[in-house]
Amino acid sequence: MNLFKKLVLVSAIGLCFAPSSYAEMSIEITEGVESATPIAIVPFASQGAPLDLSSVVSSDLQRSGYFNPLNPQNMPSRPSTADAIRFADWKGLGQNYIVIGRVQPNGAQFNIEFELFDVAKGESLLGYRMSSSAAELRKTAHHISDLIYERLMGKKGVFSGRIAYITSTRQGAQSNHQLMVADADGANAKAIAISPEPLMSPAWSPDAARIAYVSFEKKSAAIYTQTLATGQRERVAEFPGINGAPAWSPDGTKLAVTLSKDGSPDIYILDLGTRNVTKLTKNRSIDTEPTWSPDGRNIVFTSDRGGKPQLYVVPSQGGEERRITFSGSYNARASFSPDGKYLTMVHGNGGDYRIGVMDVNSKSISVLTSGPLDESPSFAPNGSMVLYASRKGSTGYLSAVSVDGKMQQKLVFDSTEVREPAWSPK
Amino acid sequence: MKLNNKMAMFALLSTLALAGCSSDDEKDASLTDGSLNGANGIGDASTSGLNGGSSFGGSGLNGGRYGAHGANGLPPEFSDPNNPLSKRTIYFMLDSSQVQQDFIPVIAAHARYLLANPSQHVVLEGNGDERGSREYNIGLGEQRAKSIAAMLKAQGVSEAQLSVVSYGEEKPVAMGHDESSWELNRRVELAY
Repeated sequence: MNLFKKLVLVSAIGLCFAPSSYAEMSIEITEGVESATPIAIVPFASQGAPLDLSSVVSSDLQRSGYFNPLNPQNMPSRPSTADAIRFADWKGLGQNYIVIGRVQPNGAQFNIEFELFDVAKGESLLGYRMSSSAAELRKTAHHISDLIYERLMGKKGVFSGRIAYITSTRQGAQSNHQLMVADADGANAKAIAISPEPLMSPAWSPDAARIAYVSFEKKSAAIYTQTLATGQRERVAEFPGINGAPAWSPDGTKLAVTLSKDGSPDIYILDLGTRNVTKLTKNRSIDTEPTWSPDGRNIVFTSDRGGKPQLYVVPSQGGEERRITFSGSYNARASFSPDGKYLTMVHGNGGDYRIGVMDVNSKSISVLTSGPLDESPSFAPNGSMVLYASRKGSTGYLSAVSVDGKMQQKLVFDSTEVREPAWSPK
Repeated sequence: MKLNNKMAMFALLSTLALAGCSSDDEKDASLTDGSLNGANGIGDASTSGLNGGSSFGGSGLNGGRYGAHGANGLPPEFSDPNNPLSKRTIYFMLDSSQVQQDFIPVIAAHARYLLANPSQHVVLEGNGDERGSREYNIGLGEQRAKSIAAMLKAQGVSEAQLSVVSYGEEKPVAMGHDESSWELNRRVELAY
């Protein structure tokens, strides 16, 4: 590339820095568990911290649906040390747990200490001391939420994670498509790619450092991988026809993709090191939407070889292709749970599209949502929730449902079309 | 209003970015700011400078390709409603890529036009409705576009005159969420 071209490129990048927060997102619990655990998260004693960490922790835990944090206005006292807690007071208020903490400046950093107590026993369950820059305080608060959640629920919290999703807006004939990344609570939403042509199918790398996606920016489909920290991206597949549905292998060295360069859409394995592609499925029908089993041995994909789209499995090294879904007229876009025991998919019956979860062993499918246009399900990294896109009237929104179907959260955006959510694996 | 301005600016920025990034190198710079760490780099000065530009909206933002080969450059029969060449959208039934009878004369007219104008190129853009999964719908849109391509080729049109792209459900023309919109979105557009 010549120097002039280089200069144009650099200035284009310079011009394209996006405002840090574009679409504001909020989260509503639309269905909570009946017995959310009462917990008092006492506002942390803080000197000069620009963020109220305890309120972030409180809303994280509340948003999980499993906790019912006490309103600070109803607290009889605001202890910040273990000695100052009068457990009888909190027991009288029906609280099961209490969290206290302190935030103190230390040069350019802040020292944060917090402790979690069992109110009935008056004993400490968890205590941590950590330090954080002012800019990282929010992240630290999510980390505290993760620690509390894990201690009380016995599985990892997902408050530190991020979600990627696509938004789309139209103004007359103009469309604007954005690949967004936000914290799991909707804060810090940023566009990492913007195009007047469609963007699709964001997929996190296993280390959560990169996202693969499909872009039509050249008026044809190509697959890119983009490093989040630097914005550096690479075009990894640009064959004639479809370049779609990227899915990272668990070791992060390969992508399973859909290509139609040889005719009908088939699943291929793209080696990210050599850029070689190997054809995995060979069928004249539509084969697409690959997902790797967490052990890397198998790939589940959508195929309409039997007439309607159903899920099939094939060894990732190649081999026999077997159908695995038999109930429902439409089963597509599968995604594995982190432990590999479940698959979530779009489950259609009679023109209604809902989110289903299939037990991989028994092959039985439970339907988690009410439809009629639910799509793009994927598991939270702790396997507890399924994140998916839905629609009510003219608004597309994101929603999360617990695997037992009892808990439902709605992620609400201000007036924008939002879809294809993907929870970061860490 | 403020939001609309913002969006217009995004559209302009991204168009600029695309123009700037049309390099042939495989390693390609980001078309927008991709960095999560440094997303605040745009100065207010350059923002307002761009906002003050007068060229928002209109087809100019769409990039050169459609502008140069758009309907305006086509002969008058393309805009005569009595001529089958004025029809450049072929509609499909649910979950089907089979061409319906009504559209066979339309496709035949386009085949004749392409045969008579061997330097003319057309992009067959396949689309679907919003139901079902997105990547599957990309596959379905491609099947639809390919079935039109096969008919054109059967009538002697050269493969070199045709290209196929599927947008699946990503480019709806009707924004409703019922059959009256869906039937308009299950289509192949012949983009000359």
